[in-house]
Amino acid sequence: MSIRKTLAAITTATMLTSLAACAAPEKANDTTTESGVDAATATNAEKFGGMDELVKAAQAEGQLNVIALPPDWANYGEIISTFEDKYDIKINSAQPDGASQDEINAAKQNKGKDTAPDVFDLGQSVALANTATFAPYQVKTWDSIPDAYKEADGLWVNDYGGYMAIGYDSAKVPDVTSLADLLKPAYKGSVALNGDPTQAGAAFSGVVMAAIANGGSAGDVAAGVDFFAKLKKANNFLTVDPNSTTIEQGTTPVVIDWDYLGAAAAKNVDTWKTVVPSEAVVAGYYYQAISADAPHPAAARLWQEFLYSDEGQNLWLAGGARPVRGDAMAEAGTIDAELWGALPEVTGTPVIPTNEETEKAGEYLAKNWSKAIS
Amino acid sequence: MSSAQQQSGRPARVGRVGRLLPLVPFLLFVAIFLIVPVVTVAVGAFRDADGAFTTDNLGALTDYAAVKALRGSLVLAGSTALIGAVFGALLAWLIVSAGPDSLLKRLTLAISGVLAQFGGVILAFAWIATIGIQGVVTLALQHITGFNLYGNGWLFSIPGLIVVYTYFQIPLMVIVFAPAIEGLRVQWREAAVSLGATRWQYWRHVAVPLLTPAFLGCALLLFANAFAAYATAAVLVSQGQPIVPLLIRQAITSEVLLGGANVGFALALEMILVVAVVMGAYSLLVRRTSRWLQ
Repeated sequence: MSIRKTLAAITTATMLTSLAACAAPEKANDTTTESGVDAATATNAEKFGGMDELVKAAQAEGQLNVIALPPDWANYGEIISTFEDKYDIKINSAQPDGASQDEINAAKQNKGKDTAPDVFDLGQSVALANTATFAPYQVKTWDSIPDAYKEADGLWVNDYGGYMAIGYDSAKVPDVTSLADLLKPAYKGSVALNGDPTQAGAAFSGVVMAAIANGGSAGDVAAGVDFFAKLKKANNFLTVDPNSTTIEQGTTPVVIDWDYLGAAAAKNVDTWKTVVPSEAVVAGYYYQAISADAPHPAAARLWQEFLYSDEGQNLWLAGGARPVRGDAMAEAGTIDAELWGALPEVTGTPVIPTNEETEKAGEYLAKNWSKAIS
Repeated sequence: MSSAQQQSGRPARVGRVGRLLPLVPFLLFVAIFLIVPVVTVAVGAFRDADGAFTTDNLGALTDYAAVKALRGSLVLAGSTALIGAVFGALLAWLIVSAGPDSLLKRLTLAISGVLAQFGGVILAFAWIATIGIQGVVTLALQHITGFNLYGNGWLFSIPGLIVVYTYFQIPLMVIVFAPAIEGLRVQWREAAVSLGATRWQYWRHVAVPLLTPAFLGCALLLFANAFAAYATAAVLVSQGQPIVPLLIRQAITSEVLLGGANVGFALALEMILVVAVVMGAYSLLVRRTSRWLQ
């Protein structure tokens, strides 16, 4: 009995100590550079005294923390190594396979520490729900980014995007021309969606695409859920998570995903083709932002300058993604014309779901998706 | 601690605290990795995103998706624990009866040790490569017999998970249950036989009752092992969150449904309670089945 009491006392004491230990000491919040600029509040490169000074300030910090940037996603592997070589700044890439929410969670949990993320690359709903944690910044190429793709002060800027597409291995299945094709017996056990739509942004947009193709809309996705229920009933729908391995192996001969992700995952499959169905053109852009609590504020800002430079934009393009300055660069002749021309053809007016539509559709999916595909 | 042990223990002046001292690292470990998380989960389950008290998170446990996931988890963990325990125990008995120095026994235990830890993403891909739609075995069977093993994609649903989980459950059972069988002394058997017991009677009245508590304990371990497993299932089934760990992932990291982190806590609390109930049932059973041992 008394042993038990002692145990309880020790346990309680231990807990209190460990809880106290969890609260890490706040880092001295000195983000002022040698030249006397507070990097954490600088809203453009001029505040540093020009690009050269920004580069110097970033190099003095020496590091940049990025999070949830898979090397095979929109060419991030090359983007990271190019930045490192160009500026001699080390990039710490945390949780490369993390989700958007993981980025925000990491910023909250590591607040005040050297390991907190400096920059975010987020899906729409997560980005718009967390603008309070972003620092506004306008890159040098700000004017060539269309207004619809940026927050007026620069809290966030769309970085790259693409269209919902059907990728397929033309050696294994017949050519796909529309979503309705996928219900045919020729696609038995073949069609995968990149993730669960109640979880992953890409899969969510896939359901929106199916909804639009079947008379629904971005806010009313019931028709899209019905489409996948039919696909499941026809035994055409695969519930496995598609990735480059399953694609190369032939386990997932048809994948519904963003055009740039599908193309990257299938880069070793010569017979892989990507179509953006003309009856349902759904576009989506990712959101780039600087963390207000960035431990390396100057490097974070230099990273933005790099991403939105012609060089950075062309690197995204090399990953099959459409950089946000793509049209302006095509006009100015600074885009990599060969890559730009190789993107899948898109006809029709693209739909970009608004935040309200996303929320409404999300609620419907939370209630009905699990039922529809079981 | 029995009174006999206490009497033969250290002198009283070392004191209780002195005896507990070596336990401190363990207690620290338990506190940090068990008690703190459990408290965090229990508190989080009753809070909303702003930290105010709410029971909405628990209410969300009755949603269709949550009920379906719990049912899926129970079916998966229960069936693989049962299959794993029965076949694992049989295999353990076979290798132990091959003799203490037999190559078969040593080989099987070594292999089991490896396979029991072979889980996660690699295991999932190994199965896809073997019996997936383009799997080696699937194609070979189709070629030779015309039989389509892949069918309608059962590998990527609960039945598929049951098969894949069994792959690490049986070896785990072999490792943890073999020592119990080895503990059966030859003398007990000889005593039973010399008293005129048949082989059946020996098993029915001596061996099985002796082994039952260990068997149940091992089955419980298998249940918890499958109940909490995550990575293998995450690769094989990416639609509809058929088991609770996957639903927790959705609650925490969804890019579509935001602010569900506290529902994740409620789901985790539900898992803790399920394991607590199973453990309670286990200790009741053990008390009943081992009463005569005392």
